[in-house]
Amino acid sequence: MRERPDFLAHGVLILGVLLFALPVWLVFAGSTQDSDAITRGELSLVPHLSNLSVYARVLTTRTMGTEPVWHMLLISFGMALAVAFGKIVISILSAYAVVFFRFPFRQVAFWLIFVTLMLPVEVRIIPTYAVMADFGLINTFTGLWVPLIASATATLLFRQVFTAIPDELVEAARIDGAGPLRFLWDIVLPVSGANIAALFVILFVLGWNQYLWPLLVATNQGLDTIVIGIVKMIGQETQTDWSAVMATTVLALLPPVLVVVLMQRWFVAGLTEGEK
Amino acid sequence: MDRRTVFNGRLLPVMLLLPQLLLTFFFFYWPAGEAVWSSLITQDAFGQGWVFVGVDNFVDLFTDPLYLDSIVRTVLFCVAVSVLSMGIALGLAVFADRSISGRGVYRTLLIWPYAIAPAMSAVLFLFVLNPRVGLLGRWLNHHGVAWDYTLNGAQAMLMVVSASAWKQVSYNFIFFLAGLQSIPRAVTEAARMDGAKGWHRFLTITFPLLAPTTFFLVVVNVVYAAFDTFGAIYALTQGGPGKDTETLVIKVFRDGVINQDIGSSSAQSVVLMAGVIAITAVQFRFMGRRTVS
Repeated sequence: MRERPDFLAHGVLILGVLLFALPVWLVFAGSTQDSDAITRGELSLVPHLSNLSVYARVLTTRTMGTEPVWHMLLISFGMALAVAFGKIVISILSAYAVVFFRFPFRQVAFWLIFVTLMLPVEVRIIPTYAVMADFGLINTFTGLWVPLIASATATLLFRQVFTAIPDELVEAARIDGAGPLRFLWDIVLPVSGANIAALFVILFVLGWNQYLWPLLVATNQGLDTIVIGIVKMIGQETQTDWSAVMATTVLALLPPVLVVVLMQRWFVAGLTEGEK
Repeated sequence: MDRRTVFNGRLLPVMLLLPQLLLTFFFFYWPAGEAVWSSLITQDAFGQGWVFVGVDNFVDLFTDPLYLDSIVRTVLFCVAVSVLSMGIALGLAVFADRSISGRGVYRTLLIWPYAIAPAMSAVLFLFVLNPRVGLLGRWLNHHGVAWDYTLNGAQAMLMVVSASAWKQVSYNFIFFLAGLQSIPRAVTEAARMDGAKGWHRFLTITFPLLAPTTFFLVVVNVVYAAFDTFGAIYALTQGGPGKDTETLVIKVFRDGVINQDIGSSSAQSVVLMAGVIAITAVQFRFMGRRTVS
């Protein structure tokens, strides 16, 4: 007994899809159009596919006084990967210590990390800047990512995952004479693979999308991320090379969107799993 | 909760914890402590000396009508962003949960915007709604609507709310969909057999069962709207025109980084920290542990 198609559901969902897709399509179409025409108010939804060379132009040359896009993409990639791997590594290590060892002040250490859950970077902008200056980290690539990798949420997640590993596995490993580091490498990391993959997506996107932090600690143009670069471009209201700005926008959106779409399965499961 | 079998050793676990603890100390506790300290003192104009002034900076803050305005504005902004993005997400999730063909495709096409930065969302909105180059913005002006969010405060607010909410819909969609999928089919089927009509069934059965998800999302969305939208607002309006879109985080940035008023901006940071701690406490009081970044 097959019912007729659910037209209402399809209609609503198509509207939703368009709500997100249309602005991006508009920017793609605009990137292939003439900048002067866009300035005159002639932006349209029809791309001129013969003008795709704008992408080569923005990738390799300085447009509107910013670094070439390849350079800004490189900084963004470096920052996103460093934030993701950095957070994952130090959170795995600290969660492992808290779950698989007994030592004095174990609970204190855990709570010290846990409390920072309440302090997003936005609320401690000014004093953190002062600390960064003391360390000489202003305008360095290290300054872009190191201060961001402390993570209470990732530590909590891994603690939860590690706690679920059965005692029998640990006993078996000990009988086999495996030390704690060997157990971490051979057993704990492989069984946490799905969680690590999910967290990687979330953290890569988080790192890629940083705006306030790089704005604050890296005023040197050589360290501009792609997001910083675009906002600088649109900030200049006169003489805007619109097609270059739009091509840059498309290039800035692609990497994080690809990561989310390609790793969707792990990402969605990992995101909502912590919720049970 | 605690495991029976553990490894021996004292030095190793400390070494494993050290990187996280050092970073936490230098980039969380030290700055937080410094913010509290700076909020209690005042420095002379040349930064040579300081005087302990107690809560004076806070008194100044809470008697400053501009600050109070900013609080009200931030609350309204948070409510608008949360309601808009959660409302749209819930609507989409309800239909995406139905057994229709192409569900997987719809899902992917609704999830990808998770990857968009708030600042990038603002850039996309500019191309659509800028009064001079934006497709829709220009159309509005051609058709007798005086649309210019760079001059009109209410329109500016509408713009930053929309850009901030738009980006957040897919996050809420993922959670609402997961919430809906965890409701046993038997429950909704039973309601259907009892003759409950679609809308009524949603209000009396589905929505109450989604309450934990909804509450969790309220907390996440309020925190998102209060803090993570800096990029969206700063890229679109820089808090303007005038101060019409100046939320608390924009104000901290403007007072501290641009105007270098350390005493006031530190006091503002401390107020924000207190706010986050309050929200987190509410969350834990009602929800238990949550582990999503």
